[in-house]
Amino acid sequence: MGIRERLAGNEAVAIALRQIDLDVLPAYPITPSTDVPMYYSQYVADGKVKTEFVAVESEHSAMSACIAAAACGGRTATATSGPGLALMWELLYVASGTRVPITLAVINRAMSAPININNDHSDSMGARDTGWIQLYSENNQEAYDNHIMASRISEHKDIMLPIMVCQDGFITSHAIENIELLEDDKVKAFIGEYKPAWSMIAGKPVSVGPLDIPQFYTEHAYQRAQAMKNSKKVILDVFKEFGALTGRKYDLFEEYKMEDAERAIIVLNSSAGTAKCACDALRAKGEKVGVIKLRVFRPFPLEELAKALSHVKAVAVMDKAECFSAIGGPVFADVRTACYDLEKRPQIINYIYGLGGRDVRLEDFTFVYNKLDEVVKTGKSGEIYRHLGVRGV
Amino acid sequence: MSKMVEIRWHGRGGQGAKTASLLLADAAFNTGKYVQGFPEYGPERMGAPISAFNRISEERTTLHSNIYEPDYVVVVDATLLSAVAVTSGLKKEGAIIINSNKSPADLKPLLDGYEGRVYTIDAGKISQEELGRNFPNTPMLGAVVKVSGVIPEDKFIADMEQSFKHAFASKTQVIEGNMKALKRSMQEVKGL
Repeated sequence: MGIRERLAGNEAVAIALRQIDLDVLPAYPITPSTDVPMYYSQYVADGKVKTEFVAVESEHSAMSACIAAAACGGRTATATSGPGLALMWELLYVASGTRVPITLAVINRAMSAPININNDHSDSMGARDTGWIQLYSENNQEAYDNHIMASRISEHKDIMLPIMVCQDGFITSHAIENIELLEDDKVKAFIGEYKPAWSMIAGKPVSVGPLDIPQFYTEHAYQRAQAMKNSKKVILDVFKEFGALTGRKYDLFEEYKMEDAERAIIVLNSSAGTAKCACDALRAKGEKVGVIKLRVFRPFPLEELAKALSHVKAVAVMDKAECFSAIGGPVFADVRTACYDLEKRPQIINYIYGLGGRDVRLEDFTFVYNKLDEVVKTGKSGEIYRHLGVRGV
Repeated sequence: MSKMVEIRWHGRGGQGAKTASLLLADAAFNTGKYVQGFPEYGPERMGAPISAFNRISEERTTLHSNIYEPDYVVVVDATLLSAVAVTSGLKKEGAIIINSNKSPADLKPLLDGYEGRVYTIDAGKISQEELGRNFPNTPMLGAVVKVSGVIPEDKFIADMEQSFKHAFASKTQVIEGNMKALKRSMQEVKGL
């Protein structure tokens, strides 16, 4: 049945990590992720977990300590946001290249400059190609559930890749909402005991982080890429098992009112909920509109998404990150790639939106649906790389 | 969607408007509702205008934006009346509740022609007398529950003590004063 609670997203993440009872949690605080290690350090002080809490001097060190702990066979996690994730950069690749399981709670925050503490996805989107699995969370419930599932995915012997669980800074991390928690023992049973395939302290000597000469580097990169490809099946298996336990059924993406939809919005994280409200309002007037909420961005669900969009006339891909490619945002680029092999491709436009905490309203999505209607009626996409609600242009 | 009540709080940094919105979310949660309680984060400085928000409903809402057409507005600091458009979007079937020692009739002319109900409560005085300091958020919370009827009053009173224990786990001595402030404000709030 679960435990009825009301929690902000950050506390929900901290509780998930407490239930997992990590071996090591190294952390360096940064807004808006600071609550996660703050709550966790309280659990450590209260003796609720057996975790070694390591107060490090930077995010670079936090990720270094995670890698070391994982290489010693420990379960480990940390949390960060925006510039903190950027400072981990070098080590993000080291983590995936060393093939160690680590869970990173990314509380999405805009990148400086100008300094901004509020939400967009420029941090995790910048880290999308570092060899980490990325899950996105619409609300506190999904953030909690994703964290419970994350270590199962990351630790799977066919995967052994680190995993980011993203949620929107402040919008969900600091908003109290209803949530259903699992009992501690159920989480414990679901997670199981972690038995690493290798460990620096298991007795049998291993070498970690050596030089890779040109004769081997390509093969290791290939193996990492194969692990990312394989992870889709493992992710779906873990989602299925979690669904059987909780009744909360997850997929690579959520299709909301997509069965007969002619126009679709593709969106991640908290804005997906707001888009659903706009969708409902237009559905009530008989308009055939739907929402696709991406939950798994790495690995990218290419075939599945292409199938879901095969009957759609026009798609708006919402990117909460400006990546300065001059051709559109990162989600747009991948969605467009997914549709390339379709016999009948939908028309696809891109909106960059909600940057640096700009509030995203139901009316914004109504506006986008109306723009898609113009695209369908005229048969012309027009400018495909668009910015939503920019003032003064 | 059955009726959802949306509340917008206006205060100044440090006055506890955010805490009040979270406590209201707690209280509504305890009566079985679905809740949202969240502040708008900006450049946080003591004394700067801030907003906080509540959605309270029978079903979960997936909406994750700020609130632009609230049913109720709570103004924790009356000096904001000349600084912020507090009645912006406020539904005329709703109400505004202002922390002030003035009467609703005195303040009505300052509300940009707002046609709905106007309430005042001297939360500063209640807070000084019951808590010895100016923490107006608890009396404002009592007033908004009284005016909005969003939570049954007896259930609210019973549950608030639990919420205060949660919120003030490290400052248990302030729980009794907060309970007195809450009850007084529910009796003393004046409407027009």
